[in-house]
Parts: sequence; structure tokens; C-alpha cells
Amino acid sequence: MDLMDKLTILADAAKYDAACTSSGAKRGSRKGYIGNTSSAVAGCCHTFSADGRCVTLLKVLMTNCCVYDCQYCVNRCSNDTRRAVFTPEELAELTIQFYRRNYIEGLFLSSGVLRSPDYTMERMIRCLELLRGPCRFNGYIHAKAIPGSSPELVERLGLLADRLSVNIELPSERGLQTLAPNKTRQSILRPMGQIRDRSEESREALVKYRHAPKFAPAGQSTQMIVGATADTDRHILHLTQGLYRKYRLKRVFFSAYVPVVENSLLPSLDTKPPLLREHRLYQADWLLRFYGFQAEELLDDDNPNFNPLVDPKCNWALRHPEFFPVEVNRAPYETLLRVPGIGVTSARRILYARRGGTLYHEDLRKLGVVMKRAQYFITCKGKIIDNLHFSQDSVLRGLIAAEGRLPAPEMEQLSLF
Amino acid sequence: METIYRYDGSFEGFLCCVFDSYVYREVPAAFQSGEDIAPTLFEVRWIETDPSHARRVLAGIEKRSAYARELVEKGFLTCADDREGILYRFIRALLAEGGALLCRLSDEAVHPLLKAVRHLEGEVHLLKGFVRFSEFSGVLVGEIQPKNRVLPLLRGHFCSRFYNESLILYDRTHREALFYREGKWCISPLDHFEMARPEEREAQFRRLWKRFYDTIAIRERYNPKCRRTQMPMRYWGTMTEFQKEDYFVPAEKGAAAQLNAVPPSSLNANPVKQNLFAAAPAPGAPAGIPAPEKPRGSAPSGPGSAP
Repeated sequence: MDLMDKLTILADAAKYDAACTSSGAKRGSRKGYIGNTSSAVAGCCHTFSADGRCVTLLKVLMTNCCVYDCQYCVNRCSNDTRRAVFTPEELAELTIQFYRRNYIEGLFLSSGVLRSPDYTMERMIRCLELLRGPCRFNGYIHAKAIPGSSPELVERLGLLADRLSVNIELPSERGLQTLAPNKTRQSILRPMGQIRDRSEESREALVKYRHAPKFAPAGQSTQMIVGATADTDRHILHLTQGLYRKYRLKRVFFSAYVPVVENSLLPSLDTKPPLLREHRLYQADWLLRFYGFQAEELLDDDNPNFNPLVDPKCNWALRHPEFFPVEVNRAPYETLLRVPGIGVTSARRILYARRGGTLYHEDLRKLGVVMKRAQYFITCKGKIIDNLHFSQDSVLRGLIAAEGRLPAPEMEQLSLF
Repeated sequence: METIYRYDGSFEGFLCCVFDSYVYREVPAAFQSGEDIAPTLFEVRWIETDPSHARRVLAGIEKRSAYARELVEKGFLTCADDREGILYRFIRALLAEGGALLCRLSDEAVHPLLKAVRHLEGEVHLLKGFVRFSEFSGVLVGEIQPKNRVLPLLRGHFCSRFYNESLILYDRTHREALFYREGKWCISPLDHFEMARPEEREAQFRRLWKRFYDTIAIRERYNPKCRRTQMPMRYWGTMTEFQKEDYFVPAEKGAAAQLNAVPPSSLNANPVKQNLFAAAPAPGAPAGIPAPEKPRGSAPSGPGSAP
């Protein structure tokens, strides 16, 4: 089998992994080495695939051979598909040559389980050692820790890679039991805990000794499949928040389930991937990480799922009329962030710009505030925007229209008298 | 009587326009340089470039705010309509009002400049990812077609990332190229540049990349609008994955590409102190690169949506 076939099979098998980021590690270039990770402050996308997803890293599997039989996965052992294995040398050379041509920011290496988790991890480690050693590769590496592998191997992997990830796969233990019988919650959470503890130790050691080895300097991330099981958005968001807090993850990725196999336990093959739901979860994830929201504020027992019509922040704002309007010229940063249409960048600009004088509505647009959302929720020097009359209902309609895909309006009962 | 200022098109020349407008106590109606000279009814004043005047203006800006100096330097690289006018109004307001002006983000004198610089920085950020290099006898060669003059801002990124490589990056729009080798670099005008046909090894990596790109998309999630939003089609013309078939076919054996390396004497010995805008001496053009059959068009070749 030639390299072209292997790349095709192993990229095809890896494409359902959502993570493709290169942020979080800052490492300058070194004489005699290839590359750096210094564009990593904001990440760097090298291209966008036809599905609109960013391609940053050479995302491949070491092998798509797998001894496990997870029902949702294309690579499960009972699936009849072509299998391939990269040799560590092939993959290292491919990474270097792609990197030199500026096709990629680095390598994302995952794998099916070949023989045993330990055997697979050793193979991955051999490839990374080749890259970091003889190939003198100084760019970004994201490696996946295989659940069930020994802690010593996770340790070695962490010293080679910038970021590690362990996929949590499904949002609930019950889902895991039915669909991924070979994986347990424990086997997933144990390496996560190990990575967290080791990263912390490594950071502490770095304070004392400048040349202490760095363990996964870009932290760890995880991914879960949305839509394969019956879990609610509320459950998923709470889990996400828990992961950020307990395991100090950098990112939690959601992957809308794409039906790849016919199975009575799974949604049928003609189901569309729940892309809007995935989108809403990412929006909420941003609210947790950058906007100071708590999962409990966004969803509760009465509203266990996101409103498909408006984004989670607008939804929150509509349910909390007592919080608004916000006076742009006085409100603190945290309050500004809660206004729909004001983001992290525009909130910072508001803080900066109002030192130079009072802000009015026409200034806000120039600062990047999305007025079609924000207009209902703000005042400038005590005034709302001219000629704006609205009620609870019309705000909702306006916000739905701002989303850009207005569903057919529902029939309204006209009053005749 | 309104006056048009004509200058040599360099950054220093522009700063001298600012200087002279204070000397003559007038506000220029427009600025002209290089090729965009059109007959006009206004009075035209030719502004001589005097480095010491330019330094004084820049020092005056720097004294108000270091950030303002950065804005002015970057602003000169942008492709904004009436770029000089925008900069001129900003500098005048800054010199009159001091650094506090910068807080007024929506001010008439500030906002157009911020907007132009944001556009420039956005393009630089995208191009850090979208630049594609090809290897010719060990030298990495790439082409871009940006709206703004991005090379001075891309230089640091690529020269440090490919610290141990030799590279050439050609800007088709502004007809200039970045040359880098062994820690030395220069940016200089280059009228004509065409990339050679690849050798077999190079062509193979192009094919591998194209295959990877076509494979990584998930068919069920096909979303061309999202892709165009994230990666506007004007960048596709110079990206490997969107080229026509003959881009992936190697040159005949024997006619392999030869590349005349850049003479080191033309590279600046001290890249750190090199002024971003100083005119660098012209290096020998890579004349040895034979032309491909057709210059690459900017039209994309429509990649397959999914495997």
C-alpha cells in the first residue's frame, strides 16, 4: 500500500475528531530545529475544508485497526472497511514536509487500538520521539492518550506533545455502557486526572528550574458526541462545566453525531447530524469560558434544551428583563458582557473608549457592537435608541430575525373588536 | 488655493509631506505618488524627501504615544482608499490633542485608521496560515496576492518559523518579494516572478496535501458558505489545494527547475535594526525559474466536497 492510500484511509478515519486547534503553547524557534508554535496565541488556521471546519493540524490516525467495538465508530472492529497503519518514519516525514510547505501548524495524532492500548501508545510515542529527536521538529503536536494505557506511557506522551486529549466520547456513563462496551468512565477519567496533576507539577517545577521538562504545556482537551444518545443539553452543559472546573481542561469539543453505521441502538442512518444543536452548545461553551456565565443560569429543569430560534445569550436576556437596560457609559465589564450583541472585544473597546468621552448609539456601531441585538438592551446616557418601540414579543421576533434564518411566522389571532 | 502634495511614495516621503504642510501652513487637498499621477486643476507641490524631517515627525508622534506610531506605520501599509488622507488627519489631530485622542475610538480622525489597520492585521493573520510554499532545490518559494502590503508584517513570522530554511515569498499585488536566508532578510521590488514547474518529489507532496484536504471534509456537513466566510475566495488562487490538475504534474526529467539563490550581499546583515520601511537594495531576481505553461489564475478549481 503506498503513502497516498494510507493517508487517504487514515485521514478519512480521523475526520470525525473535532479538535483542531494550535493555541496555548508559546515556543520560539531554535537554531537547528524546524518551526515554532509562536503563532499560537490566537491559533492559526491553514485552510478550511468543504464543511467549513478549520484545518490546522495534520489530523490522522496512527492506524484505524481497532480491537474495540464501539457502536458509533467507523473504525470499530466489526465494520468492514479498509485498514492501514502508518510506520512512525512515514508519518514523521510527512509531517515535516507538510509543515515546511506551510500546509499545517503541526500534527494531531490519534489512533485505533492496535493489539492493546499500551502497544498502540508505544507506536505513537515512537513517531513523536522521531519527530522531536532526529527530525528536529519544534512545531505543535496534539496527541490523544488512549484510554486504558499505562500511566508511564501517558507520562512519556505528555513530555513530547504540546496538548493531550482523552475523549470522553459520550455524555453519560449509561451511553458509554451501551455503545462503547470496552471503555469505562474510569478508564477515561483516570488519564485525565493524571494529565491535570502532571501539568500542574510541571508548571510548579518550571517556576523553580528554568529548564524543567514541560508536560503538555498547552493543557488538555476532550470531545463528546452529541445526538447519539438521549442526553439533554442541560446535562451536557453541566458536564462541560464540571470538566472545566475539576480537570482544568482548555477546551471541550462537541461533535454532532453523523450516522455512519446501522444499529438498533443508534439514530437511524438517514438522521441529519444535529448541527444547530452543536452550534448552540458551542455558543454556551463560549459563555462559560469567556463571559462569566454559569451552566445553571443558561438551562434549568424547565428548559432542559436550548431554544433553536435564538442563541443562548439572547435567550438568557429575554428571561431576565429585570437585568436590563444596561447603561453603556457606567456599567462594569461583567455587566456589559451580558448584553446580547456585545462581545469580549467590543466590551473592552467600550471600557477604553468611554475614558475619552460619553458614548452614544452611533459610536457603538463603530466599536463593533451588533446593534440589531444590543439596541433592545442598552441605554446611552439614559436614552434608548431613537424611534425604537418594542414589546417582549417584538424583541423576540427582532432577535430571531437577527439570527438570519427566520422560520415561517406562526399564525396570529387577529382581534376583530 | 488648495494644493496637492506629490511625493516619492515612501513612508519617509509621506512624513515629509506632513512636515511641509506645517511649514507652509496649509492642509493638502490630496496626496499623489508614483504612478497615480493624473492631470489636475489644483496646484501641485512636489515634496522632497528629507530623512531628518521624517525623523522629526515620527519622533513627535512617538512622544504622544508609542501605539500611535505603530498605527501610523501599519496604516501606511494598508490598502484603504485615501490612505494618506486618513493618516494625515490622524497625525494632525494627534499632534494637536496628544495621546488622549486614541481613546476616542469612534472619532472621525481615528476610526478610519483603526478600521484600515484592522483590515490589514486580519489579512496578515489569515495569510500566516494560507501561504503555501513549494520546494525548489532546497529553497521554499511561495506567492500571495493580498490587498494590503503584508510582507513587512509576515516577515517576522516566517523568518522565525523557518529559521534554518531559505525562502522567497512574492507579493503579486505590490510586486515585491521577501528573501530570507541564514538569519538575513530583505524585502525588495521585483517586477516579474513566475514559479517553475515542480520536481517529482514536490509534486507528490502537493498531491498528498490535496488528497488530505479533500478527504478531511465530512460530506454530511457540507457547508460552502461557511468555508467562504472563513476563507474568502480571493485567497484560493495561490493555495495548493485549489489548483488545477496540471499544478500537480511534475516537470519533464532533465528540465528540472534551477533556482539562482539570492546573493547574500543583498541581504541585510542586521535584521533586527532594519527599518521596516527602508528601501532595501534589489537582489538578483530568481531568473532561473522557468515559467509554467500558464500563470496560475485566481479562479478556484472547485475541489470535491467530500471523499
